[in-house]
Amino acid sequence: MNSTQNVLEARGVGKRFGLTWALRDCTVSIPAGKVAALVGPNGAGKSTLLRLAAGLGRPNEGSLTVLGEVPGHENARLRSKVGYLDQERLLYPSFRVGEMLRFGKATNAKWDERMAASYVTQLGIDVDARVHSLSSGQKAQVALTLCLAKQPELLILDEPAATLDPLAREDLLQLLMQQVAQNGTSVVLSTHAIGDIVSVCEYLIILSRARVVLCDDLDYVLGSHRFLTAATSTKSSEPPGVTVIESRVSSREASYLVRMDAPFSDAGWRITEPTLEEIVLAYLREGAGRPDLNDAAQSSGGDGGSQ
Amino acid sequence: MSERHPSIQFRLDPRSGVAPYRQLVEQVRLAVASGQLRGGDQLPSVREVVSQITINPNTVHRAYRELEHEGLAEGRPGLGTFITPRAGIVAGAVGRDILIDSLRDWMARARAAGLDDVEILELLGRFLNLQRVVS
Repeated sequence: MNSTQNVLEARGVGKRFGLTWALRDCTVSIPAGKVAALVGPNGAGKSTLLRLAAGLGRPNEGSLTVLGEVPGHENARLRSKVGYLDQERLLYPSFRVGEMLRFGKATNAKWDERMAASYVTQLGIDVDARVHSLSSGQKAQVALTLCLAKQPELLILDEPAATLDPLAREDLLQLLMQQVAQNGTSVVLSTHAIGDIVSVCEYLIILSRARVVLCDDLDYVLGSHRFLTAATSTKSSEPPGVTVIESRVSSREASYLVRMDAPFSDAGWRITEPTLEEIVLAYLREGAGRPDLNDAAQSSGGDGGSQ
Repeated sequence: MSERHPSIQFRLDPRSGVAPYRQLVEQVRLAVASGQLRGGDQLPSVREVVSQITINPNTVHRAYRELEHEGLAEGRPGLGTFITPRAGIVAGAVGRDILIDSLRDWMARARAAGLDDVEILELLGRFLNLQRVVS
């Protein structure tokens, strides 16, 4: 796959704040037309990667392209093609919703007025209401509407549904999926909600301790990971020909979460399907067990087990 | 959006380890096998499904392609996706495949538990006898 088919292409990207690397050695390719999920614990570098992709800051090392171009503050052409929404959800509190929409129209060349109006109606938001009087769910919905009406080719969303109640979250994701169905918009979003990933995402990137530990098609991730379990009396070593992500061995039974990139043939193992949550958690625990890449740069205190 | 009810109401189990598009495929297969969907029935359009449940439209596309590939559904250009007349037979045959797969899985477990051929046959025999007595 060449870079023109990828909406985001990072090679060895690193971003440092002072002495601390917030992101290191990040190599990911996100194909166009997909909804990609970025997961990882707080502080893993998710927001840093998304901010770099949105052109807010530059990497200290490596190369990053978005829609085939180098993102940056001066690249206005690229900024018009990219919608970025962070948790701050920058809205003007004293504006009315209708004024926010007119503001969007005045500041964006490709603004879709009808779409913006129909989304706001669909969400049951009063255009005459002032932004500060809206619930946090409605604010998030208005902020996303402003982002969508820009008709971006790529949407970058940093935890768009965090802090929302289940109903508001459902409405927000539904709005997003409608846009994807209508415009084929590519989306990269960070989230902690694994249930949301299964419903709306097709591509999964797991960041842990400032590094990418998994980056693949969601169907492939679900299809290639299995639990292999056997009595320790019959199997004394790890299963052959697979990548062991996590192992749990008791005196009686050994259980491995593995990735199989080819059919598994060693007989005598009980094979079961893990849930996406189990897969993600195994990668995060595995990543948490690795030495923190910032430990070397700092005085060697603590065991690196804390976040 | 049309007022009529969709022929099938999909649902997604986010806690399942089964790929989302496979979940949709299985739901259609089950609906066909149970007679809830018949040959000629129209499946909801991708947009209808997206407005029913929060789901990625590409997942629905992928499920419909898979249903076409398996002979359960066919796309009619400009009209939509429809259940094929022979879908019932296909769903039945695939149903048998699933049984065989789960039997193979059970056999592997039985062997892992240390059962030999004689013990497995005895166990199966006991089940068959049991069912004869019941029916």
